[in-house]
Amino acid sequence: MCLGIPGRVIELYQVNGMKMGKVDFGGVVKEACLAYLPDLKVGDYTIIHVGFGISQLDEEEAQQTLALLREMDMLAGELDAP
Amino acid sequence: MKYIDEYRDEVLTRGLLDEIRRTATRPWTLMEVCGGQTHSLLRSGLDQLLPPEIELVHGPGCPVCVTPLELIDKAIALASRPEVIFVSYGDMLRVPGSERDLFSVKAAGGNVRVVYSPLDSLKIARENPDKTVVFFGIGFETTAPANAMAVVQAKAQGIENFAMLVSHVTVPAAICALLESPDVRVNGFLAAGHVCTVMGYWEYEPLVEKYHVPIVVTGFEPVDIARGVLMCVKQLEEGRAEVENAYARAVRREGNRPAQAVINDVFEPCDRPWRGIGVIPRSGYRFRDAYRDFDAELRFPEVQTIATKESSLCLSGLVLQGLKKPNQCPAFGKECTPQTPLGATMVSSEGACAAYYRYGRLAEVQTPNPQIQTGQAG
Repeated sequence: MCLGIPGRVIELYQVNGMKMGKVDFGGVVKEACLAYLPDLKVGDYTIIHVGFGISQLDEEEAQQTLALLREMDMLAGELDAP
Repeated sequence: MKYIDEYRDEVLTRGLLDEIRRTATRPWTLMEVCGGQTHSLLRSGLDQLLPPEIELVHGPGCPVCVTPLELIDKAIALASRPEVIFVSYGDMLRVPGSERDLFSVKAAGGNVRVVYSPLDSLKIARENPDKTVVFFGIGFETTAPANAMAVVQAKAQGIENFAMLVSHVTVPAAICALLESPDVRVNGFLAAGHVCTVMGYWEYEPLVEKYHVPIVVTGFEPVDIARGVLMCVKQLEEGRAEVENAYARAVRREGNRPAQAVINDVFEPCDRPWRGIGVIPRSGYRFRDAYRDFDAELRFPEVQTIATKESSLCLSGLVLQGLKKPNQCPAFGKECTPQTPLGATMVSSEGACAAYYRYGRLAEVQTPNPQIQTGQAG
């Protein structure tokens, strides 16, 4: 139920005074309500749940986490090496 | 796809599993709160790859599963009325009421429709001015902003033939109830990542102090879940109990403030019964006075008298509290299957019983040399 899918905003517009947009999920494009993300711009990534953007994805945080995990993996590899 | 593929990386997941193995020196029981996490855990096979010290029990975070039977019966009564178009998220249609489900109401000619977004139900209301459109407003805090916005928009656009049957539940109250229960033995929690995108995680800070249990905000892909487990186990091994965020790309401490503002405008906290668990104080939302005209139970007062008792055959209440695993139920896979479900945990795409059935955890046996499954959900 709380499934959220990350997608990239490709278009922004207003409907009935509400911020709406087109979001690209790896080739599948759907309309979403983006009223809860006032700072969201075209090109940004967001998590969509039941047609609503609930969070803007933070590229910097994502890269930091992945770098940290890769570093941990390399360290472990060195520990395991004979 | 960006933000998905890199978190299904097998090398990173194995690295995290190795680190969990090195860190865990004694048995720990963790609960993943959200049904979406349960499914990801079983789909990827992580449950079988974790070291034997770490047991994951499955929490109550499946709104379809915890929606009381009484509310399903109310939904069925509303959907059966000729002047009503009943609109729901797809998951609810096959949840058994005490006699039948919404799908059978539809099959018998009832006007029952499935939507992707609650805003779609406003379109249906505008196109059918002679009918009343009743939307089944279920969900956790993740879904509350969407359902609240539908009501705000209905009011703003003067759509009077729209109402909502509300069954909203909230996570922190449920965690509290589990921690207060003398039967529940959970050492740490993986908090539901998408609930936290909306609400943030400041609400959990008093809980870790009061109950001295670590709570780690966790995402949904194998790398996310393995990382959540590792952070939780590290805290336990070091004797710490803090709120930590393993899903920082999506979750901020304060959550989504504009979404919280609209939830608070439309809804207020109330006591709610949870299917299989019972009433939990201040564990859900109901309409505030300003929006009460949209309350389907006030619009159709006859449904208020519907009172249903739950069946005693189904163990889903124990499953939802992490006290039993689905395959420990005598009916599991026999009388109770996704085709003939006895309870909501077997119906919902996120129910723990459905996950155990779908991913072949039919008995308490370990498969030799399990592999991490990194593909898309089927």
